[in-house]
Amino acid sequence: MRRRSVLAGLAAFGTTGCSRIGDSAAFSALVETAQGWHRAAHRALSPGIALAREYEAADLSPFFRGNGTIEIASPAYRAHLASGFADWRLTVGGLVARPLSLSMAQIRALPQRTQITRHDCVEGWSAIGQWTGPQLGPLLEFAGLLPGARYIVFHCADVLYGSRYYESCGLDDAFHPQTILAHQLNGQALPERNGAPLRLRIERQLGYKHAKYLVGIEAVASLEGIAGGGGGFWEDRGYQWYAGI
Amino acid sequence: MKRHALSTRIWHWVNALSLVVLFMSGLNISNGHPYLYWGEWGFSPAEAWAAVPRFPGWATIPGRYSLAVARDWHLLFAWVFALGLLLFMVAALANGHFVRDLFTRAREWRWRLFMAEVREYLRFNFAHTGGKYGAIQKLAYALVVFVLLPLMILTGMAISPGMDAAWPWLLDLFGGRQSARSVHFLAAWALFAFTLVHVVLVALTGPWGQVKGMITGRVDEAA
Repeated sequence: MRRRSVLAGLAAFGTTGCSRIGDSAAFSALVETAQGWHRAAHRALSPGIALAREYEAADLSPFFRGNGTIEIASPAYRAHLASGFADWRLTVGGLVARPLSLSMAQIRALPQRTQITRHDCVEGWSAIGQWTGPQLGPLLEFAGLLPGARYIVFHCADVLYGSRYYESCGLDDAFHPQTILAHQLNGQALPERNGAPLRLRIERQLGYKHAKYLVGIEAVASLEGIAGGGGGFWEDRGYQWYAGI
Repeated sequence: MKRHALSTRIWHWVNALSLVVLFMSGLNISNGHPYLYWGEWGFSPAEAWAAVPRFPGWATIPGRYSLAVARDWHLLFAWVFALGLLLFMVAALANGHFVRDLFTRAREWRWRLFMAEVREYLRFNFAHTGGKYGAIQKLAYALVVFVLLPLMILTGMAISPGMDAAWPWLLDLFGGRQSARSVHFLAAWALFAFTLVHVVLVALTGPWGQVKGMITGRVDEAA
């Protein structure tokens, strides 16, 4: 065999070999297992409730970048934006004893938490912002989770690449003290590019978990049957459900 | 003549595979946002200290841009790499490899000896009397095993928001998440440079005997 064909073969293994392995069921199972290990390791290494670092006002990024959907063209959303989201509703439903439909005024009237945290995008960049809104945990307690509830699903108003955005998390993150429904960024009403009027902050995970333009929160027993079944818009496109890494 | 312990040989090849997969999938991840920053935050070229070139498909895993699949490879092999290094360190402490072969002695820290060794290398004479490795070689291996490889693990963990919540001191250690990401990138290229020199030196010093030594653990007396 000529040296050139050996090198070509090696290069081909590097690309087709890896993609063949990458597409296999065994590789997917390994990746799933590793994902479980990441989450278990993060929880095991932080006994009790570990908080994401909170920063000082001096640490704020001068501008908070928007990513994914940064504008919603639908006439319904434009009308909400023009009216200051006076008629926007957030529903809380699924496996709860007391389904809710809340206005923005009601959400602002709940006890609020303000936190300055770092937002880490899966692409690699970070920005620091100050977020204000009610904690998700007490809201879920008020709605009363039924025994079968294992995941909280977040439904959004934005459509990306033809599909509605959504996300989900486990009950550990849903009841984490820093998991809030933010309606303010840096003391101002949330800008459109950052998810107006309401977005999730789930501080121990990457940016794609922080669902924007929230319209509904749903307690479910399983993520199967919801959109692609992966538990989120990006998860349905191959990204990992546990985004703490 | 016995040259490498079984644990060293297994780790060497597991580590070599892990580093190749981690480096190539890392280049794919770098393409997702090819800018580097210092401090905690940064998101646009205006704040970047470096704009990184886009790495071509033949250098990345997978061979096309896919942040999702590259992360699958990277995060899976991070476990292989980190647990492999941990087990190797335990074994190398237990069997005396670190103390015997990698730790330099006070008497080796002589400028004259250093320069003499460099001169021999420049003459392509790589034989050295006494221990298994020369002083410069020991320093190079120790830098990789005790500094660069652990640095990859710690900076990698500092990039993870879940890990930062568990161990906030990681952020203080590196001066912020984006600094850790920059160091992760720089240390990866330092390892690439080491690997290049390592492979070239193996090629110059009887590659078949060297590779055989790292597979079977034995080298011929004459080698």
